[in-house]
Amino acid sequence: MPGQYEESLHKTFDRIKRSRLNAYITLNVEDAIKTAKAVDEGRVTGRLAGVPVAVKDCITTKGLLTTCGSKILSGYVPPFDAEVVARLKREGAVIVGKTNMDEFAMGTSTESSYYGPTRNPWDLSRVPGGSSGGSGAAVAGLECRMALGTDTGGSVRCPASFCGIVGIKPTYGLVSRYGVVAYANSLEQVGPMARNVSDAALLLDVIAGHDPKDSTSVDTADKVSYVNYLIDDVKGLKIGVPKEYFGEGTDKRVENAVWSAIMRLNKLGADYREVSLPHTKYALAAYYIIAMCEASSNLARFDGLRYGLRTGKDENWHTTFSRIRAEGFGEEVKRRIMLGTYALSEGYYGKYYLKALKVRTLIKQDFDKAFKDVDILAAPTMPFPAFRIGEHVDDPLSMYMADVNTVPVNLAGVPSISVPCGFAGNLPIGIQFIGGLFDEPKLIRTAYTFELNTDFQKLPEGF
Amino acid sequence: MSDVIIGLEVHCQLNKLNSKLFCGCSTRQQGLEPNVMTCPVCLGLPGALPVINKKAVEYAIMVGLALNCKIAEHTQFYRKNYYYPDLPRGFQITQYDYPIAFDGVLTVDTDGEERPIRIRRVHMEEDPGRLVHQGSIETSKFVLVDYNRSGMPLLEVVTEPDLRSPKEARRFINKLRNILEYLDVFDGSLEGALRVDANVSLKGGARVEIKNISSYKGVERALLFEISRQQNMRRRGIRVVQETRHYDDERNCTITLRTKEQAEEYRYYPEPDLVPLAVKSWESELKGRLPELPDAKRERFKRQYGISDSHAKVLTAEIRVANYYERVAERCDPRMAATWVADYLKGELNYRDRDIRDAFPPEKMVYILEQLSNGTITDKGAVEVIRALLDEGGDPKDIILARNLAKVETDITRAAVAEVLKENQAAIMDYKAGKAQAFNYLVGMVMKKTGGRADPAEVNLLLRESLECT
Ligand SMILES: [Zn+2]
Repeated sequence: MPGQYEESLHKTFDRIKRSRLNAYITLNVEDAIKTAKAVDEGRVTGRLAGVPVAVKDCITTKGLLTTCGSKILSGYVPPFDAEVVARLKREGAVIVGKTNMDEFAMGTSTESSYYGPTRNPWDLSRVPGGSSGGSGAAVAGLECRMALGTDTGGSVRCPASFCGIVGIKPTYGLVSRYGVVAYANSLEQVGPMARNVSDAALLLDVIAGHDPKDSTSVDTADKVSYVNYLIDDVKGLKIGVPKEYFGEGTDKRVENAVWSAIMRLNKLGADYREVSLPHTKYALAAYYIIAMCEASSNLARFDGLRYGLRTGKDENWHTTFSRIRAEGFGEEVKRRIMLGTYALSEGYYGKYYLKALKVRTLIKQDFDKAFKDVDILAAPTMPFPAFRIGEHVDDPLSMYMADVNTVPVNLAGVPSISVPCGFAGNLPIGIQFIGGLFDEPKLIRTAYTFELNTDFQKLPEGF
Repeated sequence: MSDVIIGLEVHCQLNKLNSKLFCGCSTRQQGLEPNVMTCPVCLGLPGALPVINKKAVEYAIMVGLALNCKIAEHTQFYRKNYYYPDLPRGFQITQYDYPIAFDGVLTVDTDGEERPIRIRRVHMEEDPGRLVHQGSIETSKFVLVDYNRSGMPLLEVVTEPDLRSPKEARRFINKLRNILEYLDVFDGSLEGALRVDANVSLKGGARVEIKNISSYKGVERALLFEISRQQNMRRRGIRVVQETRHYDDERNCTITLRTKEQAEEYRYYPEPDLVPLAVKSWESELKGRLPELPDAKRERFKRQYGISDSHAKVLTAEIRVANYYERVAERCDPRMAATWVADYLKGELNYRDRDIRDAFPPEKMVYILEQLSNGTITDKGAVEVIRALLDEGGDPKDIILARNLAKVETDITRAAVAEVLKENQAAIMDYKAGKAQAFNYLVGMVMKKTGGRADPAEVNLLLRESLECT
C-alpha cells in the first residue's frame, strides 16, 4: 500500500504520460518514486518534503540527462547537481523531471527545442512562452506543483504570463548559478514558477542565498525569509507605472487588464503615478548584443570532444568540431553565435559590445532614479497573450520584440514577479511588479495582496 | 649585437600553490595518470563556474611588488576565445585590460653594467590541458588530451622591448626565477614550470614572435638562432616579415607558425563569472609580508659578514645558496665561508650542472672548513673532499681518512725537501742561474713526494730556506 506522496506522484506521472503538452524532455520516475517513498516513511523531511518539482533542462542534475533542449548535448548525463537542485533535494523535494525549453534558453516560445515544441495548456495550438515553456506548462497543467526556470531576458516571466501562473526573476546574485548551463551569464538567474505566490515565495526561500561556488552570488549578512512577506497589505505602497512599457504593439486587452490591476491595488490602499524610464527604447538592442556576445563564448565548449553529440567519422580537429556543431545546434542558436562572434570581433567590439554596456548602465540609472520616487513598478509582463505555434518562427525579429518589457529588468539586475491579472478570451494575461535590488519582499507582498483580493488564479479548462 | 631588440613574455606556473587557479584540484601532478586531477570546473563541464584562488592573487601581487610594479586599483579577468582541444571551455580565462600589476622594472647585470629592464605588466591566467601525440606531431594519427594541467595557475610577466642580447635575456630570466623563488611562489626546477615567448627584431626590421620556448637554456639558443636568421636575411637583402614562429627545441630552429595575415582573433571580453577584484586594498598588507629580496640581502651580507660585493652578489642570487651560506657562516669565519661557498662549491656545482639542492648539507661544509682552519687539511685537500662529497657522497671525516688527506707533519715535508734537492741538482743549478720555473718545478716534486698532503706555503718556505743554504 503506497503512502500518500507516492500515490499522488504516480498520479502525476500518469497525467504526464497522457499529456499532449510535451512539457518534459526527461522524466525522473525511479528516483522520484524513491524519494516520495522515503518521505512517506519519514526518512526524508524538509520544507519541500514530497513536493513534486520540475527542473528546467538547462539546470544540471547529477545522473539525469541534461540537454538544454539541444541535440548537441545528446546523451549528456552530468556528474554533479546544480546548487539549486542540491538545495531542492536538501529540503526533500521530489524531482519529477527535466522540462522542455527553447534550445539553450534562446527564445520566447519553446518552439526551438530539438525535442519539439511545448503546448500551452490554455490552448494547445498556442505556445506556452519561453524559454522556460516546459516549466510553465508543467505547472499550469498540473504536471508538478512548482518548477524552476531560468530568466535571461524574461524566460521565467514570459511563460508565467502566457500560462497564467506566478514567476519570479530574482535579483542578479541572489540565487546561485552554479550548475546552470550558461546562455548569457551576466543576465540570467534561476527563478521559481508556481500556481500561487505562496508556493513561489517558498521555492525562492529554498533556492536563494549565498553560494561560494558562484563568484557573482551575493553574500548578504542575514538571510531573508520570503514566506514572511506573504502579507495582505499594500497600504501606502507607491507604485510607478512606466509609460514606455505600454508601447506600440501592446494588445489593448493587456493594457486594460494591467490598468485594472493597478486600480485594484489603488483601492486596496496603494498609490500610483506614471513614471518614465527614458532609455527603455534601447534595451532590446543592448540586451540582444550582450546576450549574443556572451552566448558565442559560453557555447564554445560544445565541440563533441568530451561529452554530447559525436557523430560521423573523426577527421582533423577543425573539420570534426565544426561538423559536430553544424549538426548539433539549431538555427536560432547558430544565428546568435554568429551574431555574437561578429559583435565581439576586432573593430566591432567598441561599436557594439561596449556601446551595449553603456546602454546597460543608462538603463540601471533609469531604475535607480525611478525607485527614488516609487517603491515598485507595475507593467505588462508581455505586450500580448500567447501567440500561435509557428506564428513567429520565420521572423526572429518579431519574436525578439516580444521581450521588450522583460529585458530591461535583466540588464539592470533587478527583481521582478509576474502574476496573472486577467484574460484575453481564454488566454491569461500577466502583470509584472519590478523592484530595486533585493526588493523581493516588497514584490511578494504586493503580488500576494493582489492575488488574495482578485480571482485570476485559475486552472485551464479541462485541468 | 647592438641593433637587436628583444621583449619577453615569461609564463611561470605558480606551482607552490596547493590548488589550481579556479578550482580545488591539486597542483601536484608529477607522475599522475592522465585526467585524474580534474573536476567539473577545470574540465569546463556545462554549468560549472570558476572561483578565483585568493592565494594566487596574493602571490601575483607579491611578484608585482618585487618587480617594482604599480598594483592595479581593480583587476579583471577576460576571456580569450579560441577553439583548441586542450581548452575545455573554448576560451582561456586570462587578463587583458586591467592586469594585476604594471609599470615595473628589474635591473639585469650585463657584463658589469646594471641595466634596467622595464616590466610592462604582470598578469594571471590559467594553463590549458596538455596534448599528447603518439610518436611525433607529423606521424601521429590522433592526439590524446590530458586535462590534469588544465587550470594550473600561471603568472605572465611581460617586459618592454628593452633587452639587447640573448645573453641578457637569459640573465633576465634567471633573475626573475630567483626572485620568484625568493618569494616562495615558484619552483623553477619542476618540468614545465617556465615557458617563454619572445619578440625579436633587428633595428628597423619587422618583429617576429617566437613561441614555445620551454627551457632556461632554450631561451638563449632560440634567440641566437632567430637573430642570425634575421641577420642572414638582411645581408641577402630579403625582408623579414612580421610573423609568429615556433621554436623546435630538439632541432634548435624556429619554424613559421602563422603570418600577420593569419593573425588569430581572440575576441577578448570581460569574464562575467568573475567579479573585478579591488586588489589595491590588499597591497599594504602584502608589502609587509614580502621577504628580504636579493638586492637587500646582498647589502646585508656585505654589512653583516664583511664580505666583498662580488661574493655577496653570487651568494644572494639564489635564495637556496644564500640560506646555505648563512648556515655555514654562522659557525665559521664568514669571509672564509664566502670564498668556499661562492667560489669553490658553486664552481664545482656549475661544472656539474647541478643545483645547490643536490649538494651536501651545510653541516658538512662547516666540518671541512674547521679542518681547514685548524690545519688538518690543505686547501687542495678541502677541494678534494668537496668533489668527493658531490660525486660519491659520504662523510667528510671518512673521506679525509680514506684518501689520506690529513696534512703531513713539518718534518716529513722537510725530509721530502731534502730528498728532492738531492735528486735534482740540475734544477738547483737552473734556479741559481735565475730561472724561476726551476723553483716551481721543485715545489711540484715535493708535493708529489708527499702525495699532495704538504702545505704548499710550507713547502715554499722550506725550499727557499734550503736553497739559500746550499
Ligand atoms: Zn579542477
